[in-house]
Amino acid sequence: MSVLDKRGAGPGHPPPEQQPEAPSGAPSDAGPGAAKTARTRERSGRRGLTLALNALSVALGIAVWWLLASAGFKLPTPPEVVSRARTLIGDGTLGADALASLTRVLTGFALGTAVAIPVGFLMGWYGIVRGLIEPWIQFFRTIPPLAIIPLAVVAMGIDETPKIFVIFLAAFLACVISTFQGVVSVDRTLVNAARVLGAKDLTIFARVVVPASTPFILVGMRVGLGSAWATLVAAELIAAQEGLGYRMQNAQLYYDLPTIFVGLISIGVLGLLMDRILLLAERRLTRWQERR
Amino acid sequence: MTSKPAKTAKISVQGVTKTFALGRETFTALDDVSIDIADHEFVTVVGPSGCGKSTLMNILAGLETPTSGRALVDGAPVSGPGPERGVIFQQYALFPWLTVRQNVEFGLRTTGVPKHERRARAEHFIELVGLEAFADALPKTLSGGMRQRCAIARAYAVDPSILLMDEPFGALDALTRVKLQEQLLKTWSQDKRTVLFITHDVDEAVFLANRVVVMAARPGRVYDVIEVDPAIERDEAFRLSPEFAALRNRVWHSVYHQEGRTAALSGSRSSTPS
Repeated sequence: MSVLDKRGAGPGHPPPEQQPEAPSGAPSDAGPGAAKTARTRERSGRRGLTLALNALSVALGIAVWWLLASAGFKLPTPPEVVSRARTLIGDGTLGADALASLTRVLTGFALGTAVAIPVGFLMGWYGIVRGLIEPWIQFFRTIPPLAIIPLAVVAMGIDETPKIFVIFLAAFLACVISTFQGVVSVDRTLVNAARVLGAKDLTIFARVVVPASTPFILVGMRVGLGSAWATLVAAELIAAQEGLGYRMQNAQLYYDLPTIFVGLISIGVLGLLMDRILLLAERRLTRWQERR
Repeated sequence: MTSKPAKTAKISVQGVTKTFALGRETFTALDDVSIDIADHEFVTVVGPSGCGKSTLMNILAGLETPTSGRALVDGAPVSGPGPERGVIFQQYALFPWLTVRQNVEFGLRTTGVPKHERRARAEHFIELVGLEAFADALPKTLSGGMRQRCAIARAYAVDPSILLMDEPFGALDALTRVKLQEQLLKTWSQDKRTVLFITHDVDEAVFLANRVVVMAARPGRVYDVIEVDPAIERDEAFRLSPEFAALRNRVWHSVYHQEGRTAALSGSRSSTPS
Protein backbone atom coordinates (compact mmCIF):
# COMPACT_ATOMS: atom_id res chain seq x y z
CA MET A 1 0.00 0.00 0.00
CA SER A 2 1.45 3.33 -0.97
CA VAL A 3 1.11 6.73 0.56
CA LEU A 4 -0.87 7.66 -2.54
CA ASP A 5 -3.62 5.31 -1.42
CA LYS A 6 -6.34 7.68 -0.41
CA ARG A 7 -9.07 5.21 0.23
CA GLY A 8 -7.14 2.88 2.46
CA ALA A 9 -9.73 0.15 2.15
CA GLY A 10 -7.98 -3.15 2.65
CA PRO A 11 -9.37 -6.17 0.80
CA GLY A 12 -12.36 -7.62 2.53
CA HIS A 13 -13.15 -4.52 4.49
CA PRO A 14 -15.99 -2.27 3.54
CA PRO A 15 -14.67 1.05 2.36
CA PRO A 16 -15.17 4.04 4.58
CA GLU A 17 -18.23 6.09 3.84
CA GLN A 18 -17.28 7.74 0.59
CA GLN A 19 -20.23 9.98 0.29
CA PRO A 20 -22.34 11.45 3.02
CA GLU A 21 -25.38 9.37 3.62
CA ALA A 22 -28.22 10.80 1.60
CA PRO A 23 -31.36 11.55 3.59
CA SER A 24 -34.03 8.96 3.04
CA GLY A 25 -35.63 9.13 -0.37
CA ALA A 26 -33.41 11.95 -1.60
CA PRO A 27 -29.88 10.94 -2.61
CA SER A 28 -27.42 13.80 -2.70
CA ASP A 29 -27.40 15.51 -6.09
CA ALA A 30 -23.60 15.63 -6.24
CA GLY A 31 -23.63 11.84 -6.22
CA PRO A 32 -20.47 9.82 -6.74
CA GLY A 33 -19.82 11.61 -10.06
CA ALA A 34 -17.82 14.57 -8.86
CA ALA A 35 -15.57 12.57 -6.58
CA LYS A 36 -15.04 10.02 -9.32
CA THR A 37 -13.83 12.44 -11.99
CA ALA A 38 -11.34 13.95 -9.58
CA ARG A 39 -10.07 10.52 -8.72
CA THR A 40 -9.82 9.56 -12.41
CA ARG A 41 -7.84 12.67 -13.19
CA GLU A 42 -5.47 12.02 -10.34
CA ARG A 43 -5.07 8.43 -11.44
CA SER A 44 -4.36 9.28 -15.09
CA GLY A 45 -1.73 11.79 -13.97
CA ARG A 46 -0.07 9.09 -11.91
CA ARG A 47 -0.23 6.71 -14.85
CA GLY A 48 1.49 9.26 -17.12
CA LEU A 49 4.34 9.55 -14.64
CA THR A 50 4.65 5.77 -14.39
CA LEU A 51 4.80 5.44 -18.18
CA ALA A 52 7.50 8.08 -18.41
CA LEU A 53 9.52 6.28 -15.75
CA ASN A 54 9.04 2.97 -17.60
CA ALA A 55 10.28 4.47 -20.87
CA LEU A 56 13.26 6.07 -19.14
CA SER A 57 14.17 2.76 -17.55
CA VAL A 58 14.04 0.91 -20.89
CA ALA A 59 16.20 3.57 -22.56
CA LEU A 60 18.71 3.35 -19.71
CA GLY A 61 18.80 -0.43 -19.97
CA ILE A 62 19.58 -0.29 -23.68
CA ALA A 63 22.25 2.31 -23.03
CA VAL A 64 23.92 0.09 -20.42
CA TRP A 65 23.73 -2.87 -22.81
CA TRP A 66 25.36 -0.79 -25.56
CA LEU A 67 28.04 0.42 -23.17
CA LEU A 68 28.86 -3.10 -22.03
CA ALA A 69 28.94 -4.34 -25.62
CA SER A 70 31.36 -1.62 -26.70
CA ALA A 71 33.43 -2.14 -23.55
CA GLY A 72 34.44 -5.52 -24.92
CA PHE A 73 31.96 -7.88 -23.28
CA LYS A 74 30.83 -10.75 -25.53
CA LEU A 75 27.62 -9.01 -26.53
CA PRO A 76 26.25 -7.84 -29.83
CA THR A 77 25.51 -4.13 -30.00
CA PRO A 78 21.90 -2.96 -30.36
CA PRO A 79 22.38 -1.95 -34.05
CA GLU A 80 23.74 -5.43 -34.84
CA VAL A 81 20.70 -7.02 -33.26
CA VAL A 82 18.33 -4.67 -35.08
CA SER A 83 19.93 -5.39 -38.43
CA ARG A 84 19.78 -9.14 -37.75
CA ALA A 85 16.14 -8.80 -36.81
CA ARG A 86 15.55 -6.99 -40.14
CA THR A 87 17.15 -9.84 -42.08
CA LEU A 88 15.21 -12.48 -40.17
CA ILE A 89 11.95 -10.64 -40.67
CA GLY A 90 12.79 -9.99 -44.33
CA ASP A 91 13.36 -13.64 -45.22
CA GLY A 92 10.31 -14.71 -43.23
CA THR A 93 12.26 -16.78 -40.70
CA LEU A 94 11.25 -14.78 -37.66
CA GLY A 95 7.57 -14.74 -38.67
CA ALA A 96 7.51 -18.50 -39.23
CA ASP A 97 9.36 -19.16 -35.98
CA ALA A 98 7.09 -16.90 -33.97
CA LEU A 99 4.02 -18.48 -35.53
CA ALA A 100 5.26 -21.99 -34.76
CA SER A 101 6.05 -21.07 -31.16
CA LEU A 102 2.82 -19.20 -30.62
CA THR A 103 0.79 -22.08 -32.04
CA ARG A 104 2.43 -24.48 -29.62
CA VAL A 105 2.04 -22.24 -26.62
CA LEU A 106 -1.52 -21.23 -27.35
CA THR A 107 -2.60 -24.81 -28.07
CA GLY A 108 -1.02 -26.10 -24.87
CA PHE A 109 -2.33 -23.16 -22.88
CA ALA A 110 -5.86 -23.43 -24.27
CA LEU A 111 -6.01 -27.15 -23.54
CA GLY A 112 -4.47 -26.61 -20.11
CA THR A 113 -6.97 -23.99 -18.99
CA ALA A 114 -9.89 -25.80 -20.63
CA VAL A 115 -9.14 -28.80 -18.43
CA ALA A 116 -7.98 -26.86 -15.38
CA ILE A 117 -11.10 -24.73 -14.92
CA PRO A 118 -13.65 -27.56 -14.66
CA VAL A 119 -11.25 -29.67 -12.60
CA GLY A 120 -10.57 -26.75 -10.26
CA PHE A 121 -14.30 -26.13 -9.87
CA LEU A 122 -15.00 -29.78 -9.12
CA MET A 123 -12.19 -29.87 -6.57
CA GLY A 124 -13.45 -26.75 -4.85
CA TRP A 125 -17.09 -27.81 -4.86
CA TYR A 126 -16.88 -31.53 -4.04
CA GLY A 127 -14.73 -32.73 -1.17
CA ILE A 128 -14.56 -36.20 -2.72
CA VAL A 129 -13.12 -34.93 -6.01
CA ARG A 130 -10.65 -32.83 -4.10
CA GLY A 131 -9.52 -35.78 -2.03
CA LEU A 132 -9.04 -37.89 -5.16
CA ILE A 133 -7.26 -35.36 -7.35
CA GLU A 134 -5.31 -33.14 -5.01
CA PRO A 135 -2.41 -35.53 -4.22
CA TRP A 136 -1.65 -35.89 -7.92
CA ILE A 137 -1.72 -32.19 -8.54
CA GLN A 138 0.44 -31.44 -5.54
CA PHE A 139 2.86 -34.14 -6.62
CA PHE A 140 3.15 -33.02 -10.23
CA ARG A 141 3.44 -29.45 -9.13
CA THR A 142 6.75 -30.21 -7.48
CA ILE A 143 8.14 -31.68 -10.71
CA PRO A 144 9.24 -28.97 -13.12
CA PRO A 145 7.40 -29.60 -16.42
CA LEU A 146 10.77 -29.72 -18.13
CA ALA A 147 11.66 -32.81 -16.13
CA ILE A 148 8.76 -34.54 -17.85
CA ILE A 149 10.35 -34.04 -21.28
CA PRO A 150 12.39 -37.27 -21.34
CA LEU A 151 9.32 -39.26 -20.39
CA ALA A 152 7.16 -37.36 -22.87
CA VAL A 153 9.59 -38.04 -25.71
CA VAL A 154 9.76 -41.74 -24.97
CA ALA A 155 6.02 -42.06 -24.55
CA MET A 156 4.85 -39.72 -27.30
CA GLY A 157 7.62 -39.59 -29.89
CA ILE A 158 9.24 -36.49 -31.25
CA ASP A 159 6.48 -34.71 -33.13
CA GLU A 160 4.34 -31.87 -31.80
CA THR A 161 2.56 -33.98 -29.18
CA PRO A 162 5.24 -34.07 -26.45
CA LYS A 163 5.97 -30.35 -26.90
CA ILE A 164 2.34 -29.39 -26.54
CA PHE A 165 1.90 -31.86 -23.70
CA VAL A 166 4.65 -30.28 -21.64
CA ILE A 167 3.23 -26.81 -22.23
CA PHE A 168 -0.24 -28.11 -21.42
CA LEU A 169 1.00 -29.52 -18.14
CA ALA A 170 2.65 -26.25 -17.16
CA ALA A 171 -0.48 -24.22 -17.91
CA PHE A 172 -2.81 -26.75 -16.33
CA LEU A 173 -0.97 -26.96 -13.01
CA ALA A 174 -0.81 -23.20 -12.59
CA CYS A 175 -4.44 -22.65 -13.49
CA VAL A 176 -6.03 -25.55 -11.63
CA ILE A 177 -4.60 -24.51 -8.28
CA SER A 178 -5.88 -20.97 -8.49
CA THR A 179 -9.29 -21.97 -9.81
CA PHE A 180 -9.58 -24.34 -6.88
CA GLN A 181 -8.48 -21.59 -4.50
CA GLY A 182 -11.06 -19.28 -6.04
CA VAL A 183 -13.91 -21.69 -5.45
CA VAL A 184 -12.80 -22.51 -1.92
CA SER A 185 -12.54 -18.86 -0.97
CA VAL A 186 -15.97 -17.82 -2.21
CA ASP A 187 -17.51 -15.85 0.65
CA ARG A 188 -19.89 -18.13 2.56
CA THR A 189 -22.13 -15.16 3.26
CA LEU A 190 -22.72 -14.68 -0.47
CA VAL A 191 -23.65 -18.33 -0.84
CA ASN A 192 -26.00 -18.01 2.14
CA ALA A 193 -27.46 -14.81 0.72
CA ALA A 194 -28.22 -16.63 -2.52
CA ARG A 195 -29.74 -19.55 -0.65
CA VAL A 196 -32.08 -17.39 1.40
CA LEU A 197 -33.13 -15.71 -1.85
CA GLY A 198 -34.32 -19.09 -3.02
CA ALA A 199 -31.34 -20.18 -5.14
CA LYS A 200 -30.66 -23.90 -5.48
CA ASP A 201 -27.22 -25.51 -5.92
CA LEU A 202 -27.02 -25.11 -9.69
CA THR A 203 -28.02 -21.45 -9.57
CA ILE A 204 -25.59 -20.80 -6.74
CA PHE A 205 -22.86 -22.39 -8.78
CA ALA A 206 -23.59 -20.50 -11.99
CA ARG A 207 -24.51 -17.14 -10.51
CA VAL A 208 -22.36 -16.93 -7.38
CA VAL A 209 -19.44 -19.35 -7.43
CA VAL A 210 -18.44 -18.77 -11.06
CA PRO A 211 -18.44 -14.96 -10.95
CA ALA A 212 -16.89 -14.87 -7.49
CA SER A 213 -13.98 -17.04 -8.56
CA THR A 214 -13.43 -15.33 -11.92
CA PRO A 215 -10.65 -13.11 -10.55
CA PHE A 216 -8.79 -16.16 -9.28
CA ILE A 217 -9.25 -18.00 -12.57
CA LEU A 218 -7.91 -15.05 -14.54
CA VAL A 219 -4.88 -14.77 -12.29
CA GLY A 220 -4.38 -18.51 -12.75
CA MET A 221 -4.60 -18.09 -16.51
CA ARG A 222 -1.98 -15.38 -16.44
CA VAL A 223 0.36 -17.48 -14.34
CA GLY A 224 -0.44 -20.45 -16.59
CA LEU A 225 0.40 -18.50 -19.70
CA GLY A 226 3.64 -17.43 -18.08
CA SER A 227 4.66 -21.00 -17.30
CA ALA A 228 3.53 -22.19 -20.74
CA TRP A 229 5.69 -19.58 -22.40
CA ALA A 230 8.59 -20.36 -20.05
CA THR A 231 8.41 -24.03 -20.99
CA LEU A 232 8.45 -23.29 -24.71
CA VAL A 233 12.17 -23.05 -25.41
CA ALA A 234 12.94 -26.29 -23.62
CA ALA A 235 10.01 -28.01 -25.32
CA GLU A 236 11.48 -26.96 -28.63
CA LEU A 237 14.62 -28.89 -27.69
CA ILE A 238 12.64 -31.91 -28.79
CA ALA A 239 13.58 -32.21 -32.44
CA ALA A 240 11.86 -29.06 -33.61
CA GLN A 241 12.26 -27.80 -37.17
CA GLU A 242 11.23 -24.25 -36.45
CA GLY A 243 10.28 -22.04 -33.55
CA LEU A 244 11.96 -19.29 -31.56
CA GLY A 245 13.57 -21.74 -29.14
CA TYR A 246 14.82 -23.93 -31.97
CA ARG A 247 16.26 -20.90 -33.79
CA MET A 248 18.19 -19.86 -30.70
CA GLN A 249 19.61 -23.33 -30.11
CA ASN A 250 20.62 -23.46 -33.74
CA ALA A 251 22.29 -20.07 -33.44
CA GLN A 252 24.15 -21.30 -30.40
CA LEU A 253 25.89 -23.92 -32.56
CA TYR A 254 27.19 -21.18 -34.84
CA TYR A 255 28.06 -18.76 -32.07
CA ASP A 256 25.50 -16.41 -33.61
CA LEU A 257 24.83 -13.97 -30.77
CA PRO A 258 22.65 -11.45 -32.64
CA THR A 259 20.17 -14.18 -33.62
CA ILE A 260 20.03 -15.36 -30.01
CA PHE A 261 19.25 -11.81 -28.97
CA VAL A 262 16.54 -11.47 -31.58
CA GLY A 263 15.03 -14.71 -30.31
CA LEU A 264 15.19 -13.60 -26.66
CA ILE A 265 13.67 -10.22 -27.36
CA SER A 266 10.92 -11.76 -29.50
CA ILE A 267 10.02 -14.20 -26.73
CA GLY A 268 9.97 -11.38 -24.21
CA VAL A 269 7.87 -9.06 -26.34
CA LEU A 270 5.38 -11.74 -27.36
CA GLY A 271 5.07 -12.94 -23.76
CA LEU A 272 4.50 -9.41 -22.56
CA LEU A 273 1.88 -8.79 -25.24
CA MET A 274 -0.07 -11.92 -24.36
CA ASP A 275 0.09 -11.08 -20.68
CA ARG A 276 -1.20 -7.56 -21.36
CA ILE A 277 -4.11 -8.95 -23.37
CA LEU A 278 -5.05 -11.24 -20.50
CA LEU A 279 -4.62 -8.39 -18.04
CA LEU A 280 -6.99 -6.29 -20.11
CA ALA A 281 -9.53 -9.11 -20.14
CA GLU A 282 -9.10 -9.46 -16.39
CA ARG A 283 -9.71 -5.75 -15.81
CA ARG A 284 -12.77 -5.92 -17.94
CA LEU A 285 -14.26 -9.02 -16.36
CA THR A 286 -13.51 -8.04 -12.79
CA ARG A 287 -14.38 -4.36 -12.96
CA TRP A 288 -16.70 -4.93 -10.00
CA GLN A 289 -13.82 -5.72 -7.68
CA GLU A 290 -12.70 -3.23 -5.11
CA ARG A 291 -9.14 -2.41 -6.01
CA ARG A 292 -6.51 -0.60 -4.16
CA MET B 1 -54.29 -14.41 9.28
CA THR B 2 -58.01 -14.03 8.70
CA SER B 3 -59.46 -17.11 10.29
CA LYS B 4 -56.54 -18.31 12.34
CA PRO B 5 -56.99 -18.63 16.06
CA ALA B 6 -55.74 -15.54 17.81
CA LYS B 7 -52.80 -17.23 19.52
CA THR B 8 -51.15 -18.80 16.45
CA ALA B 9 -47.65 -17.40 16.29
CA LYS B 10 -46.04 -16.42 13.02
CA ILE B 11 -42.70 -17.63 14.33
CA SER B 12 -42.55 -20.14 17.11
CA VAL B 13 -39.29 -21.27 18.61
CA GLN B 14 -39.96 -24.20 20.93
CA GLY B 15 -37.28 -25.43 23.30
CA VAL B 16 -34.49 -25.02 20.79
CA THR B 17 -31.07 -26.22 21.89
CA LYS B 18 -28.03 -26.00 19.67
CA THR B 19 -24.67 -27.47 20.57
CA PHE B 20 -21.44 -27.38 18.61
CA ALA B 21 -18.52 -29.71 18.98
CA LEU B 22 -15.44 -27.71 19.93
CA GLY B 23 -12.62 -30.19 19.85
CA ARG B 24 -13.55 -32.68 22.55
CA GLU B 25 -15.90 -30.35 24.37
CA THR B 26 -19.37 -29.36 23.34
CA PHE B 27 -20.35 -25.75 23.29
CA THR B 28 -23.99 -24.92 23.97
CA ALA B 29 -24.91 -21.97 21.79
CA LEU B 30 -28.60 -22.12 22.63
CA ASP B 31 -30.11 -23.80 25.66
CA ASP B 32 -33.84 -24.52 25.58
CA VAL B 33 -34.84 -21.25 23.93
CA SER B 34 -38.52 -20.57 23.35
CA ILE B 35 -39.91 -17.46 21.71
CA ASP B 36 -43.25 -16.82 20.02
CA ILE B 37 -43.55 -13.94 17.61
CA ALA B 38 -46.92 -12.76 16.34
CA ASP B 39 -47.65 -11.72 12.79
CA HIS B 40 -46.41 -8.18 11.98
CA GLU B 41 -44.54 -7.94 15.23
CA PHE B 42 -41.15 -6.24 15.35
CA VAL B 43 -38.97 -8.12 17.84
CA THR B 44 -35.40 -7.21 18.65
CA VAL B 45 -32.97 -9.60 20.26
CA VAL B 46 -30.13 -8.11 22.24
CA GLY B 47 -27.46 -9.78 24.29
CA PRO B 48 -23.75 -10.12 24.95
CA SER B 49 -21.60 -11.79 22.33
CA GLY B 50 -21.76 -15.54 22.53
CA CYS B 51 -25.41 -15.58 23.61
CA GLY B 52 -26.36 -17.41 20.45
CA LYS B 53 -28.45 -14.67 18.89
CA SER B 54 -26.95 -15.21 15.45
CA THR B 55 -27.36 -18.96 15.82
CA LEU B 56 -31.03 -18.41 16.59
CA MET B 57 -31.38 -16.35 13.43
CA ASN B 58 -29.54 -18.91 11.32
CA ILE B 59 -31.87 -21.62 12.58
CA LEU B 60 -34.91 -19.58 11.61
CA ALA B 61 -33.31 -18.79 8.25
CA GLY B 62 -32.81 -22.50 7.70
CA LEU B 63 -29.05 -22.19 7.44
CA GLU B 64 -28.55 -24.28 10.58
CA THR B 65 -30.60 -26.99 12.24
CA PRO B 66 -31.35 -27.17 15.96
CA THR B 67 -29.82 -30.01 17.97
CA SER B 68 -33.17 -30.42 19.70
CA GLY B 69 -36.42 -28.53 19.83
CA ARG B 70 -38.35 -27.04 16.91
CA ALA B 71 -38.48 -23.82 14.98
CA LEU B 72 -41.85 -23.26 13.33
CA VAL B 73 -42.85 -20.67 10.80
CA ASP B 74 -46.58 -20.44 10.11
CA GLY B 75 -46.93 -23.64 12.08
CA ALA B 76 -44.59 -25.63 9.83
CA PRO B 77 -41.10 -26.68 10.88
CA VAL B 78 -38.25 -24.82 9.15
CA SER B 79 -36.35 -27.04 6.77
CA GLY B 80 -33.80 -25.13 4.77
CA PRO B 81 -33.87 -21.54 3.56
CA GLY B 82 -36.84 -20.21 1.69
CA PRO B 83 -37.87 -16.98 0.01
CA GLU B 84 -40.70 -16.43 2.50
CA ARG B 85 -37.99 -15.62 5.06
CA GLY B 86 -35.81 -12.73 3.98
CA VAL B 87 -32.41 -12.41 5.62
CA ILE B 88 -30.31 -9.29 5.96
CA PHE B 89 -26.72 -9.87 6.93
CA GLN B 90 -24.39 -7.61 8.82
CA GLN B 91 -21.83 -7.83 6.00
CA TYR B 92 -24.46 -6.66 3.46
CA ALA B 93 -23.71 -9.74 1.31
CA LEU B 94 -24.43 -7.90 -1.91
CA PHE B 95 -23.14 -9.64 -5.02
CA PRO B 96 -20.30 -7.29 -5.93
CA TRP B 97 -20.44 -8.14 -9.65
CA LEU B 98 -24.09 -7.11 -9.93
CA THR B 99 -25.50 -3.60 -9.96
CA VAL B 100 -27.99 -2.43 -7.33
CA ARG B 101 -30.86 -3.29 -9.67
CA GLN B 102 -29.45 -6.72 -10.53
CA ASN B 103 -28.90 -7.44 -6.84
CA VAL B 104 -32.49 -6.55 -6.06
CA GLU B 105 -33.66 -8.69 -8.99
CA PHE B 106 -31.56 -11.69 -7.94
CA GLY B 107 -34.19 -13.32 -5.76
CA LEU B 108 -36.89 -12.55 -8.32
CA ARG B 109 -34.90 -14.36 -10.99
CA THR B 110 -34.37 -17.44 -8.83
CA THR B 111 -38.08 -17.61 -8.07
CA GLY B 112 -38.91 -17.29 -11.76
CA VAL B 113 -40.66 -13.92 -11.85
CA PRO B 114 -41.02 -12.84 -15.51
CA LYS B 115 -38.71 -10.11 -16.73
CA HIS B 116 -41.02 -7.09 -16.98
CA GLU B 117 -42.53 -7.77 -13.57
CA ARG B 118 -39.08 -8.27 -12.12
CA ARG B 119 -38.05 -4.90 -13.43
CA ALA B 120 -41.11 -3.15 -12.02
CA ARG B 121 -40.81 -4.75 -8.61
CA ALA B 122 -37.11 -4.02 -8.34
CA GLU B 123 -37.82 -0.42 -9.32
CA HIS B 124 -40.44 -0.14 -6.59
CA PHE B 125 -38.23 -1.41 -3.80
CA ILE B 126 -35.20 0.55 -4.96
CA GLU B 127 -37.38 3.64 -4.68
CA LEU B 128 -38.67 2.54 -1.31
CA VAL B 129 -35.13 2.62 0.09
CA GLY B 130 -34.24 5.77 -1.85
CA LEU B 131 -31.58 4.34 -4.13
CA GLU B 132 -33.17 5.17 -7.49
CA ALA B 133 -30.26 7.40 -8.49
CA PHE B 134 -27.88 4.50 -7.93
CA ALA B 135 -29.86 1.68 -9.53
CA ASP B 136 -27.14 0.96 -12.06
CA ALA B 137 -24.19 1.46 -9.73
CA LEU B 138 -21.97 -1.38 -8.58
CA PRO B 139 -21.84 -2.03 -4.82
CA LYS B 140 -18.21 -0.93 -4.62
CA THR B 141 -19.24 2.64 -5.42
CA LEU B 142 -21.80 2.74 -2.59
CA SER B 143 -21.29 3.73 1.03
CA GLY B 144 -21.95 1.22 3.78
CA GLY B 145 -25.36 2.67 4.53
CA MET B 146 -26.37 2.59 0.88
CA ARG B 147 -25.22 -1.00 0.59
CA GLN B 148 -27.38 -2.00 3.50
CA ARG B 149 -30.36 -0.18 1.99
CA CYS B 150 -29.79 -2.13 -1.20
CA ALA B 151 -29.70 -5.36 0.83
CA ILE B 152 -32.99 -4.37 2.49
CA ALA B 153 -34.56 -3.71 -0.93
CA ARG B 154 -33.27 -7.06 -2.14
CA ALA B 155 -34.80 -8.87 0.83
CA TYR B 156 -38.11 -7.03 0.45
CA ALA B 157 -38.32 -7.67 -3.30
CA VAL B 158 -38.96 -11.41 -2.97
CA ASP B 159 -41.92 -10.50 -0.76
CA PRO B 160 -41.03 -12.44 2.38
CA SER B 161 -43.55 -12.45 5.20
CA ILE B 162 -40.66 -12.52 7.67
CA LEU B 163 -37.50 -10.45 7.76
CA LEU B 164 -34.57 -11.79 9.76
CA MET B 165 -31.97 -9.13 10.34
CA ASP B 166 -28.59 -10.04 11.83
CA GLU B 167 -27.01 -6.87 13.22
CA PRO B 168 -27.69 -5.14 9.90
CA PHE B 169 -26.43 -1.75 11.05
CA GLY B 170 -23.61 -3.05 13.23
CA ALA B 171 -20.86 -2.00 10.83
CA LEU B 172 -22.17 1.53 10.30
CA ASP B 173 -21.27 4.74 12.06
CA ALA B 174 -23.67 6.08 14.68
CA LEU B 175 -25.17 8.82 12.49
CA THR B 176 -25.86 6.54 9.57
CA ARG B 177 -27.26 3.96 11.93
CA VAL B 178 -29.84 6.32 13.37
CA LYS B 179 -30.91 7.35 9.87
CA LEU B 180 -31.23 3.79 8.71
CA GLN B 181 -33.21 2.81 11.80
CA GLU B 182 -35.71 5.53 11.05
CA GLN B 183 -35.81 4.59 7.41
CA LEU B 184 -36.27 0.92 8.22
CA LEU B 185 -39.24 1.76 10.45
CA LYS B 186 -40.66 3.96 7.69
CA THR B 187 -40.30 1.16 5.17
CA TRP B 188 -41.72 -1.33 7.65
CA SER B 189 -44.73 0.83 8.55
CA GLN B 190 -45.57 1.21 4.86
CA ASP B 191 -45.17 -2.49 4.23
CA LYS B 192 -45.47 -4.50 7.43
CA ARG B 193 -43.68 -7.78 7.87
CA THR B 194 -42.78 -9.85 10.87
CA VAL B 195 -39.28 -8.78 11.86
CA LEU B 196 -36.71 -10.46 14.04
CA PHE B 197 -33.90 -7.98 14.47
CA ILE B 198 -30.65 -9.02 16.13
CA THR B 199 -28.46 -6.32 17.62
CA HIS B 200 -25.90 -5.68 20.31
CA ASP B 201 -26.96 -2.05 20.62
CA VAL B 202 -29.38 -1.41 23.49
CA ASP B 203 -30.65 1.90 22.04
CA GLU B 204 -31.34 0.27 18.72
CA ALA B 205 -33.14 -2.62 20.38
CA VAL B 206 -35.42 -0.30 22.34
CA PHE B 207 -36.06 2.17 19.53
CA LEU B 208 -37.17 -0.38 16.95
CA ALA B 209 -38.99 -2.99 18.95
CA ASN B 210 -42.47 -3.90 19.98
CA ARG B 211 -40.70 -6.38 22.18
CA VAL B 212 -37.09 -6.66 23.28
CA VAL B 213 -35.78 -10.13 23.97
CA VAL B 214 -32.65 -10.06 26.13
CA MET B 215 -30.45 -13.09 25.92
CA ALA B 216 -27.72 -14.36 28.23
CA ALA B 217 -24.56 -16.18 27.25
CA ARG B 218 -22.93 -19.47 28.19
CA PRO B 219 -25.27 -21.13 27.59
CA GLY B 220 -27.31 -18.92 25.27
CA ARG B 221 -30.79 -18.48 26.70
CA VAL B 222 -33.64 -16.01 26.96
CA TYR B 223 -32.95 -13.87 30.00
CA ASP B 224 -35.65 -11.26 29.92
CA VAL B 225 -38.44 -9.93 27.69
CA ILE B 226 -39.38 -6.26 27.72
CA GLU B 227 -42.52 -4.98 26.01
CA VAL B 228 -42.53 -1.63 24.26
CA ASP B 229 -45.91 -0.09 23.54
CA PRO B 230 -46.39 -0.42 19.76
CA ALA B 231 -48.61 2.65 19.76
CA ILE B 232 -45.66 4.93 20.46
CA GLU B 233 -44.53 7.00 17.49
CA ARG B 234 -40.90 6.10 16.80
CA ASP B 235 -39.29 9.44 16.14
CA GLU B 236 -36.67 11.71 17.55
CA ALA B 237 -39.02 12.82 20.31
CA PHE B 238 -39.35 9.22 21.45
CA ARG B 239 -35.61 8.73 21.28
CA LEU B 240 -35.11 11.70 23.62
CA SER B 241 -38.09 11.03 25.87
CA PRO B 242 -37.99 9.88 29.51
CA GLU B 243 -40.00 6.77 28.55
CA PHE B 244 -37.24 5.81 26.17
CA ALA B 245 -34.64 6.46 28.84
CA ALA B 246 -36.54 4.29 31.30
CA LEU B 247 -36.88 1.43 28.83
CA ARG B 248 -33.26 1.79 27.86
CA ASN B 249 -32.31 1.62 31.52
CA ARG B 250 -34.24 -1.53 31.99
CA VAL B 251 -32.82 -3.25 28.95
CA TRP B 252 -29.34 -2.01 29.78
CA HIS B 253 -29.46 -3.55 33.24
CA SER B 254 -30.84 -6.72 31.85
CA VAL B 255 -28.00 -6.94 29.33
CA TYR B 256 -25.06 -5.75 31.39
CA HIS B 257 -25.94 -6.90 34.89
CA GLN B 258 -27.07 -10.43 34.36
CA GLU B 259 -26.76 -12.67 37.40
CA GLY B 260 -23.46 -14.48 37.43
CA ARG B 261 -22.15 -12.27 34.70
CA THR B 262 -21.45 -9.29 36.94
CA ALA B 263 -19.30 -11.49 39.14
CA ALA B 264 -17.39 -12.76 36.12
CA LEU B 265 -16.81 -9.21 34.93
CA SER B 266 -15.46 -7.93 38.23
CA GLY B 267 -13.37 -11.06 38.55
CA SER B 268 -11.65 -10.47 35.25
CA ARG B 269 -11.11 -6.81 36.05
CA SER B 270 -9.35 -7.37 39.38
CA SER B 271 -6.40 -9.31 38.02
CA THR B 272 -5.21 -11.52 35.22
CA PRO B 273 -4.72 -14.99 36.67
CA SER B 274 -3.46 -18.13 34.87
